[in-house]
Amino acid sequence: MDGTRLSDGLSSFARPALLDEALALLSSGDWTILAGGTDYFPGLRDRARQGPVLDISNLQALRGICEDQTHWRIGALTTWSDIIKADMPPAFDALKLAAREVGSVQIQNRGTVAGNLCNASPAADGVPPLMILDPEIVLTSLAGERRVPLGDFILGNRSTALTADELVTEIRVPKSSSRGMSGFTKLGSRVYLVISIAMIAARLEITEDGTIADAAISVGACSVVARRLPGLENKLLGRAAHAETFDFIDTSDMADLSPIDDIRAPASYRLGAAVELTRRALIQCVPEGLEQ
Amino acid sequence: MTGEARINGKSVAVDVHPATRLSGFLRDGVGLKGTKVGCDVGDCGACSVLVDGEVACACLVAAGQVVGGEVVTIEGVAGTSVGRRLIRSFERHGAAQCGICTPGMMVAAAALLEASSAPSRRDVEDALGGVLCRCTGYRKIIDAVLEAAGDVGGTTLPRQEIEIGDAVGQAIARLDGAPKLEGAEVFGADAIPEGAALVRAIRCPHAAARFSLGDLEAYRRENPGIELILTAADVPGRNLYGVIPEFADQPVLADGFVRFPGEAIALVVGAPEIVRGLDLSRFPVNWEPVEAQTSPASALEASAPRLHESRPGNVLVEGYVERGDIAEGFEQAAHIVEGRFSTPFIEHAFIEPEAGYAVRLGERIEVRASTQAPHMDRVALASILGIDPEAARIIPTACGGGFGSKIDLTVEPFVALAAWHLDRPAAMILDRAESMRSSTKRHPSDITARIACDAAGKITAMEFEGIFDTGAYASWGPTVANRVPIHACGPYFTPNYRARSKAVHTNGPTSGAFRGFGVPQSAIAQESLYHDLADRLGQDQLDFRLANALSNNQPTVTGQLFDEGVGITACLEALEPAWREEVAAAQAFNQAADGSVRRGLGIGTCWYGCGNTSMANPSTMRMGLTPEGRIVLHQGAIDIGQGSTTVMVQIAADALGVRVGDLDLVGTDTDITPDAGKTSASRQTVVSGTAVALAAKAMRREILLRANAGDAAEIVVGAGGLAVRENGATRSLDLSGLEVNDRGYVLEAEETYDPPTTPLDATGQGDPYSVYGYGAQLAVVSVDTALGTVKLERIVAAHDVGRAINPLLVEGQIQGGVAQGIGLALMEEYIPGRTENLHDYLIPTVGDVPEIECLIVEVPDPLGPRGAKGLGEHVLIPTAPAILNAIKDASGARVYQTPATPARVRAAILKAEASRGTE
Repeated sequence: MDGTRLSDGLSSFARPALLDEALALLSSGDWTILAGGTDYFPGLRDRARQGPVLDISNLQALRGICEDQTHWRIGALTTWSDIIKADMPPAFDALKLAAREVGSVQIQNRGTVAGNLCNASPAADGVPPLMILDPEIVLTSLAGERRVPLGDFILGNRSTALTADELVTEIRVPKSSSRGMSGFTKLGSRVYLVISIAMIAARLEITEDGTIADAAISVGACSVVARRLPGLENKLLGRAAHAETFDFIDTSDMADLSPIDDIRAPASYRLGAAVELTRRALIQCVPEGLEQ
Repeated sequence: MTGEARINGKSVAVDVHPATRLSGFLRDGVGLKGTKVGCDVGDCGACSVLVDGEVACACLVAAGQVVGGEVVTIEGVAGTSVGRRLIRSFERHGAAQCGICTPGMMVAAAALLEASSAPSRRDVEDALGGVLCRCTGYRKIIDAVLEAAGDVGGTTLPRQEIEIGDAVGQAIARLDGAPKLEGAEVFGADAIPEGAALVRAIRCPHAAARFSLGDLEAYRRENPGIELILTAADVPGRNLYGVIPEFADQPVLADGFVRFPGEAIALVVGAPEIVRGLDLSRFPVNWEPVEAQTSPASALEASAPRLHESRPGNVLVEGYVERGDIAEGFEQAAHIVEGRFSTPFIEHAFIEPEAGYAVRLGERIEVRASTQAPHMDRVALASILGIDPEAARIIPTACGGGFGSKIDLTVEPFVALAAWHLDRPAAMILDRAESMRSSTKRHPSDITARIACDAAGKITAMEFEGIFDTGAYASWGPTVANRVPIHACGPYFTPNYRARSKAVHTNGPTSGAFRGFGVPQSAIAQESLYHDLADRLGQDQLDFRLANALSNNQPTVTGQLFDEGVGITACLEALEPAWREEVAAAQAFNQAADGSVRRGLGIGTCWYGCGNTSMANPSTMRMGLTPEGRIVLHQGAIDIGQGSTTVMVQIAADALGVRVGDLDLVGTDTDITPDAGKTSASRQTVVSGTAVALAAKAMRREILLRANAGDAAEIVVGAGGLAVRENGATRSLDLSGLEVNDRGYVLEAEETYDPPTTPLDATGQGDPYSVYGYGAQLAVVSVDTALGTVKLERIVAAHDVGRAINPLLVEGQIQGGVAQGIGLALMEEYIPGRTENLHDYLIPTVGDVPEIECLIVEVPDPLGPRGAKGLGEHVLIPTAPAILNAIKDASGARVYQTPATPARVRAAILKAEASRGTE
């Protein structure tokens, strides 16, 4: 095979260069997938290495961002640093802002967007800014590929729809949902290397006369999985796009959230902060000249 | 073997399992120990390396992932043009203190500078945001990187041309800096020799439990490679230790009963590759958890079981100071404010987890480890092993941050015990979680205080009650309990005063020494109430403090009188221009503000007695002259990054009358350096500095006597030997006729200094310290009132150090202490079992520390070396109260419980709004 495969009696390690090889391995064993390593190694805690490791970081075809007629396509190995540098429309600004808030440069250089989804942390920085883009996650196995909406991909805390023989290979963002402007707000107790207390991504499509034609809002770290706020999105349609418009938003608009008390903040604070952060993320979506 | 990688430009076989962390492979497989391991999960950045040109945490990269790729470590960076510029700039700015984060900082900075020739300050912060530093406060690192970016290189550091007698007061680069900057410094884990056995501890998962051991022999048979299993029964001497001998209460290995989660009950020792992989949860032990005391409130209840039989009520020590007539003081008052304040466990979070090794040589034990107190370690280990203290030798490695925790024993007894039973070295390296579970903490506090003043704003009385959670074992709990009542009034004249403190045992982590010994906690209460009093009076915060500042010849609350050297007024006056300017700026900002952000400012102050409280506190320093005419300084004061090595040499050089570079340094090693005492209590500059000056003066007298020269003669140290210059003539000194002693010296001088103190009486009256240092800081904050978030805009810190032996090091101490104060105020809270990592336990990053302006104030102390006072702890104390006061000034919200997280600040704002609504 092209690549490295090794077994030392403790565990095996494979580093294929081609997707088909990786899928063949996956179909025939219980592998832990390693890409950027930013979740794999912390997940070991103080335990020694356990079980076979499939390193997919050499699957060069899975890295990078491209577009076709209908979609923006983000390869599964695309790193946060790749996102920051990529030339994409303003609807991706929220994702770029989130990318800068992922851990540190060290993490952004190695950690992958797809890995962030697969890790399925309630506080994953990547989920809300992707969720406002209605993406499909492409899951590939030897049997072929299937496309799952992001909302159906992450099932719960550390739980996804990925089966043992599948790899996430691509994130497909429809061009129809990558229009308009986007904003991202993250709240934590320090500046770098911080896990969110709450975060919001928002995207607004605004007509030429300044009314809101489409809205997408996603809140992270305030429920087991990041949630869209369809009720609030609907309320915004047809309203004028300026800062005062968002003053009406209150906790009743956050009914879809179920924040918890933890060491970072109590639930009641999270809910109030989500309201304020939502207003601010929406204001970021309003083009200059329309804010007032 | 799986392939090759290019590492620092050389082809290297990657001959480990490919899933091995790159950090481990670089250190153990390639021998590149400049890459430091601080957390193993990407939280600290100490292991930063370049992988294919991009900065990465080597702990998050699999060795197999760099096959065919390129890795550059600190050792490689140091050899590049950018690396050399960074080294020079870091050295000039004093950007490395303990040095443990420095390789990661340098690598991250190099990645930035290779990509960008003119980065902005924000670019630098973004680039360094992933590397944690606990010593410097980051500002000098940012400055160093910015300067390195602008420096086109080629020049070397200007040679320090300091006149003889003029070393004190010079901002020279630290003398031990070069290896820290090049990745060559040897910390605890770096010293471990190949072939050493690995020691791991079995630790209790419960807060309190009885336990019985199962079939150890069977466990050993099941895990070939385990050579030894050691339990309490294997401790040959006394299985009990403590930093204060009369309070010794902690077993090396618990014997049937554990008192805190993380307490060690056994050691497994053997080949590293086997022991590292052991699943210790399968160790044969039966736990029987018992009722645990999780707070002082429950531990103080009459029905609570005793943690230690000899301590009724679970009270370890009570401290008490009383002066004047407190009832009368409150009766005279026009205004009284009071409050109840609390702080949580605070973790030291040094970036170097505890590590070291021991080896038995016949009937002696030698230990190399990261420690703040080698001579105390030596005595403790001798007792544990049942040997004579002279049979124990401690050779400290570089200490990658201590802040008080590494005064207590850490890995030393474990490696010593293992090595005692083995025929080869035994080593131990704690991982981050184990370090956090087992190390000492800052005492949680629960403080109720009341302060009164008259209508003019003069303080008339203060009453203080502090409960300190001292955790499972005594450690430095008695020191905290005794120190706090002496300091709780702050540096203010308080005629009527009563302060009580209690150190209470719980089944929490052991609370020990942490920069300030309880005073940072009590200062939060006192300074918050001062702020509230000034508000009540409608007085300016600075004016109110100036009116009450302690002055010369005014008695302290222990009745001590200083006829000179009281420096708090000078500190407050130094702060005044910045204060007036910022008050006006904040008013202007708030008048113009239409959003939710409000600006505010606050003051915090400190005084802090240097050295032990009313206890002997000696330091001994030695100098020797070799037959070749070299002068050797045996310097045993441990430099944990603060710079004592450099300070001692500056003092010694001037006292001897030579240049800084003329002295050869020896140490630190308990066999060859005399006991300088522990590095704690801000005592090294004051106490060891005096001892080294005495030793140097004695050596000068000896030399001039041999040369038959007068007091004004100049000692000349040269390649050809020692000479003396007098009245324009230089005579070389013939040392050949002198007898050489067993240390190899023809002349030797050894001097001891113990600062004068007196015991405190039953009401806490006496002279507990020979000198106090003073400080005042102001913090400017912006509070986002809608979210409760706090942004620090600026901190100005005025500190009276008596005489700045080295202003560069003084600034480094101030900025580093302020950063720890920021953490205390805004983000740090250790919760046993929940925050045992550096992403749930937050310490400030480079983005959390604002501009810190250092104002060095020099009100000389008559006893200190050249007038110097201590500084290391003072700098941390004012910061948290200044920030909390600034939050109140900005938002009206008084936060009584730290950390002032966004949620707590927001809650306090809502409460303040509600109470305004009902008024």
